Amino acid sequence: MSLRTRGIALAAVAAVSALALAGCSSESPLDDSSTSSGSKASGSIVVGSANFPESEIIAQVYTQALSDNGVDASIKPNIGAREVYLKALQDGSIDLVPEYSGSLLQYYDAKSKAKSSADVYAALSDALPKGYEVLDQSTAQDADSYNVTKEFSQKYNVTSLSDLKSVPVSLTVGANPEFAERPYGIKGLKSAYGVTATLDPISDGGGPLTVKALVDGTVQLADIYTTSSAIKDNDLVTLKDPKHIIIAENVVPIINEKKVSTKVKNVLNTVSKALTTDDLVSMNAKSSGSAKESAEQIAKEWLASKNLFK
Amino acid sequence: MNSWPSAFLWLADPVNWAGPGGIPTRVGEHLLYTLVTLLIGVIIAVPAGLAIGHTGRGRGIAVQASGVLRALPTLGLLLLLALWLGIGFTPPLIVMVALALPPLLAGAYAGMDAVDRQTIDAARSIGMTGWQVLFQVELPLALPLVIGGIRSGCLQVIATWTVAAYLPLGGLGRYIYDGLAVQNYAEMLGASVLVIVLALLADGLFALVQRLVVPRGVLAGRSRDVRTRTPRRSASSTPSTTAG
Repeated sequence: MSLRTRGIALAAVAAVSALALAGCSSESPLDDSSTSSGSKASGSIVVGSANFPESEIIAQVYTQALSDNGVDASIKPNIGAREVYLKALQDGSIDLVPEYSGSLLQYYDAKSKAKSSADVYAALSDALPKGYEVLDQSTAQDADSYNVTKEFSQKYNVTSLSDLKSVPVSLTVGANPEFAERPYGIKGLKSAYGVTATLDPISDGGGPLTVKALVDGTVQLADIYTTSSAIKDNDLVTLKDPKHIIIAENVVPIINEKKVSTKVKNVLNTVSKALTTDDLVSMNAKSSGSAKESAEQIAKEWLASKNLFK
Repeated sequence: MNSWPSAFLWLADPVNWAGPGGIPTRVGEHLLYTLVTLLIGVIIAVPAGLAIGHTGRGRGIAVQASGVLRALPTLGLLLLLALWLGIGFTPPLIVMVALALPPLLAGAYAGMDAVDRQTIDAARSIGMTGWQVLFQVELPLALPLVIGGIRSGCLQVIATWTVAAYLPLGGLGRYIYDGLAVQNYAEMLGASVLVIVLALLADGLFALVQRLVVPRGVLAGRSRDVRTRTPRRSASSTPSTTAG
């Protein structure tokens, strides 16, 4: 008997939640963008994310920070590549998405020559389509970077790409094959810094093989993303790029103008101000390391540790 | 399918035939890698296969070991070894040798198996030692199948060396990985055509060698067979059997 009633109760719960879900989908953002825009200006915000963990974690941070401050925010994680989620932003299925300044700029203006954080950010406001804006950018970056081992850095006194010219040994860079062609790669080293280097193409995107080649001394330089925990784990030295051959990739929220209110702006700008590249490194480590924490949990921990909204 | 013309344009462009990354260099590297792999493979597998075939022992183990080697995922093994040994030439060489061993081994012991027991008994009965039987009777008779094993191993090795360009290596795989990285599909397809041509040429060469190593006695036997069979075949007027 009791089993049976429990079964009925479960069925009822399932039915109710199915109805609730159906309710959600029927008032999808697809129809509210055109009809009820005025009254919902600072209403509910749907935060999207790209299909990799870091983007989802930042999207979770935005969502939770907005919710904590009384803004009705929900999340649509894991949408896809840039082409897909920016389309979703423009058709109104999402209102806000964490972006990387350099890639975002090149998506809307492939010819732009801006490279430094400030230049890229300034160029972005002109390049973005009408009705969308970027809020303050964070200092946190997920960009390509040249790395050397600590011993190499100390032995030849190298902390910047411009120091490489005086290094007496021949230089080999471990990086993806496209590094041979890209302006921030072998060619950029030569034209901007006068440094001749050869490429050891390793197709793992600055992953463990590239790191091993660098630590083993098979290559002297390696292209590794700035948010990879391998840089810290192996005591690598990331070289400065004073001539900006590598385009800046600061984390920046891009948002539908209709959804911007003073409150939303303040919350997101506060988050961007507090977020650092080191934070991204440890967030990524939590997500990919042995702990395999969820994006939601990682975002919650970060917000709690920073204690931004008091 | 409109990539095909661009692939042949890539192949025809003289720029791609010059310099340290040019097609002749890459083809040379590819052939060298293949040759080294086959050499090591033959040194390991052929004596083992001959021993198994001659003694009739260890066949089960050989079959199982071949099965295990065949099941190894090439790229996975390559990454594992490269993480362990570093990104030199050794990890891909080990992987490719592992890939070449099963067909080489199979060719060797199948060749020995195919030798008529009566021939071996006859050799023993005229007083040949074990080694003499092996080198003067069994090996010459088995050689076409041994070469056949090398032939099929060579095909696999030529095709699969391309995968190793995940690491900083030369060979034709370089074009495939480099082309993929910058979406140069003409380069990728052109290099694939080169791999195919190389594989076909190598296969043709081994087919020729396989034919040349057939002992004269065996050939004589075969031609006698053909002569005695021919009249019988033409008598029975079934067209389907004439192909054999």
